Amino acid sequence: MSYKTIIGLEIHSELSTNSKIFCSCTTEYGGDPNTHCCPVCLGLPGSLPVLNEKVVEYGIKAGLAFNSKIANHTKMDRKNYYYPDLVKGYQISQYDKALCEGGYIEVDTENGKKKINLTRIHIEEDTGKSIHSKDGGTLLDYNRAGVPLIEIVSEPDMNSPEEAKQFLEKLKSVLQYIEVSDCKMEEGSLRCDVNINIVDEETGKKSTITEIKNLNSFKSAVKAMEFEQKRHIELLEKGQDTIRETRRYDDLKGETISMRTKEDASDYRYFPEPDIVDMEISNEWIENIRKSLPELPEDKMNRFIKQYDLPEYDAEVLTSSKSLALFYEDTVSHSVDFKTASNLIMGDILRRLKDEDMEIEDIRFSSKEFADLIKLIDSGKISNKIGKKVLREMFEEGKDPNKIVKEKGLIQINDEGEIERIVDETLEENPESIEDYKNGKDRALGFLVGQVMKKTRGKANPGIVNKLISKKLNS
Amino acid sequence: MDYNELSITRLKDKLESREITSVGLIEEYFKKIEEYDDSIKAFLTLNKEEALKKAKEVDEKRKNGEELGYLAGIPVAIKDNISTKGLKTTCASNIIKDYIPPFDATVIENLKNADAIIIGKTNLDEFAMGSSTETSAFQTTKNPWDISRVPGGSSGGSAAAVASQMAPFSLGSETGGSVRQPASFCGLVGLKPTYGLVSRYGLIAFASSFDQIGPFTRNVEDAAIVMNVIAGYDKMDSTSVKREKENYLDGLKNDIKGLKIGVPKEYLEGLEGNVKSQMEQVIKTFENLGAEVEMMSLLHSEYGLETYYILAPSEASSNLARFDGIRYGNRASDYNNTEELFVKTRSEGFGEEVKRRIMMGTYCLSSGYYDAYYKKAQEVRTLIKNDFDKAFEKYDILISPTTLSTAFKIGEKNDDPIAMYQSDKLTVGVNIAGVPAISIPCGLSDNMPIGLQIIGKNFDEAKILNAAYNFEKKINFKQTPDLGGVK
Repeated sequence: MSYKTIIGLEIHSELSTNSKIFCSCTTEYGGDPNTHCCPVCLGLPGSLPVLNEKVVEYGIKAGLAFNSKIANHTKMDRKNYYYPDLVKGYQISQYDKALCEGGYIEVDTENGKKKINLTRIHIEEDTGKSIHSKDGGTLLDYNRAGVPLIEIVSEPDMNSPEEAKQFLEKLKSVLQYIEVSDCKMEEGSLRCDVNINIVDEETGKKSTITEIKNLNSFKSAVKAMEFEQKRHIELLEKGQDTIRETRRYDDLKGETISMRTKEDASDYRYFPEPDIVDMEISNEWIENIRKSLPELPEDKMNRFIKQYDLPEYDAEVLTSSKSLALFYEDTVSHSVDFKTASNLIMGDILRRLKDEDMEIEDIRFSSKEFADLIKLIDSGKISNKIGKKVLREMFEEGKDPNKIVKEKGLIQINDEGEIERIVDETLEENPESIEDYKNGKDRALGFLVGQVMKKTRGKANPGIVNKLISKKLNS
Repeated sequence: MDYNELSITRLKDKLESREITSVGLIEEYFKKIEEYDDSIKAFLTLNKEEALKKAKEVDEKRKNGEELGYLAGIPVAIKDNISTKGLKTTCASNIIKDYIPPFDATVIENLKNADAIIIGKTNLDEFAMGSSTETSAFQTTKNPWDISRVPGGSSGGSAAAVASQMAPFSLGSETGGSVRQPASFCGLVGLKPTYGLVSRYGLIAFASSFDQIGPFTRNVEDAAIVMNVIAGYDKMDSTSVKREKENYLDGLKNDIKGLKIGVPKEYLEGLEGNVKSQMEQVIKTFENLGAEVEMMSLLHSEYGLETYYILAPSEASSNLARFDGIRYGNRASDYNNTEELFVKTRSEGFGEEVKRRIMMGTYCLSSGYYDAYYKKAQEVRTLIKNDFDKAFEKYDILISPTTLSTAFKIGEKNDDPIAMYQSDKLTVGVNIAGVPAISIPCGLSDNMPIGLQIIGKNFDEAKILNAAYNFEKKINFKQTPDLGGVK
């Protein structure tokens, strides 16, 4: 039996404008409850919404970055339903004339690149937050009410949780690149709902689509999809089916759990928002926004491959975040070897960042200082090993590498004469090793090299040491 | 000297000449309120302490020769669906009977900047839904001309206050005629501005694409003065129109020779009492003033009421959704879950007419019915608007009676909502099209005032005020209600 998984995603991303979508309250995360509010975002009687132009601009930016068609004529609509965190009893959103239509995001599959199509992108307001208190009551914080959102709806084009993960990662990367959202899933500025079902490829039988909501990280989204995929298949194999419902993922239990059935699909009674006039979006404005877009990740990656003669893997890693790419380019602007810089960043720097749970923006040294370090290594002034030591120090103290090398006397010894002296000394001190080597124990060479390195406290040029010892042992 | 009979202009003169102080004037009005309001019941909340405080400030400023706003020291009554900071605003509903707004509506800010003095909030039909002020959850306001009759609605309190001399002017609001119809019933000038001319920020919404705030005054010149203060672009209201500010006193008194006037024949059907014969007099008067009067047609008039009673309740059903008992207003005292909280709060808090309209509106917007009702009504709305646009290619203004009859008896139409809705027949077309219109008294029928309606094209308030001014001067309608039996 072969089953095909069908996944569609609905993503809500909070826009990083300074103020909310319909009023001038701040969108800043946190703050004491109900302190980032005004009559408009509280929906007090008599208040009226005024659309924040930057929100439309950011929505257009996102649409352009995802290759969508930007509408020349768009409007807001009311989505009516009752909930304590919805201050007006309706959400101002977009129904039939969304800001952006179509578009796509490319993911890598084993069969090459695949386009995941988007249905649409639209702008809308966020609701307040419900917090369940210990005594069984509910507390409401309206700081988030009115924060601008874009809703990105994908076509059900993804066929595995892995593809969905890539889609999300690409989406997050692009949104961060064009600086319309900081996409922090843990802070709720990026939310993802999943629609998933399975098709039995032999019989054509489809399971009923289920929805998974309230996912708070990419990791749990993937786990949830994997679990749900399995659950659908198991039911189909038994000759049963899933029911139309909304589920949530329980991280601890590692399974999806039913939240509510979707039998009574809500009638939102959409109608055009009479308090906000329709918008005409000129092609001129769209073009100006397009021009203001920074280089997108895909284009930057392709440029890195050409300009810096890097393999695709390197280019992809270096451009995975805008600030990392910037760090790389700043570094190589100081005339250092492109590949060396790439290796060091991908290896030592990224590893350290991951271990310390840091971002590239948090490091204490500049790209120029990093370039200086590379120069020290490339010129042979210090060995690779010492280089890593210096880098560690730079991470900790934020000091200039030249200073560190000077203070700690770490300059590599490249003088063959000087090294030969120490080699001779070492060979004299270790006759057994010479004997071992002559008897076929190749490891003795390494031991002797190690001894020289120890004597010179790692400063001898290992290549030269190796060369000299080999020569002397084989003579 | 009965200061309560004076227009804004005359009051301004008396204040500026120091014949009376602001404090003295305010005290006069509160005396009248004490005298009449037990009977009339126009006011829901009085603002005496604050008003006297403000009056004292105005007197101080005047004494020190400081600059004063145009309406300095003039008292005003405000319909209780317009937000006043720190002063209870109830919409005559139990659901927000103790709600105190933390902000002023823009029109209130404008009045305060002009140094006007708010003396109280007036009664209305609950959430402005009604044509008689009888659906108020708190009290029924009486028509000062005959206290067994309604003052009209929904701005009945604001109209009755001015008609019974408890305020020289007041603000009301319109959705389907709620300023013009009470003005007609109470013998006052009532104006509905072009949609978008006066800011709606702070007006508790009934139907967003219809609502407008308008003044009740004793004469046309006063209406022009009030418009100067309240009209103008407001960045807090996206439907507010950006245009150069006008002075509505400019050209107010020019003659109207050659003015082209159309009389829509559809608006002359079903008139009661003297209203029809009065219209004939009106036409003669305009002709004597040098205007050209002609019969014409507003083709889709017959669909006005249906269009209005689909669109307005639809928007209202959404606008009133915020009254859920969570953040402000009344909350039901016992409930087992959120749904029960919502249902009980709203069932207990809203009156019958409000609930009726919410249900009508919800129905018209619901899946499967939206196209047949809401969408269709919007399309007819365009047809009605086009009728007016076309009319104004040929005519400067249109005239008609404001209402089919004079004020009806309290309780007369209560049992029949449809009969009540008919009271709006001659006024709703104007709200549907968004154009401005004014009602001025033009005569009496059985001792009750009859209103004349003058309709203009978008932003042509100056022209309808000018026509109204000339008419008013010509007929010199000086009758006022005999308040003898009211005390």
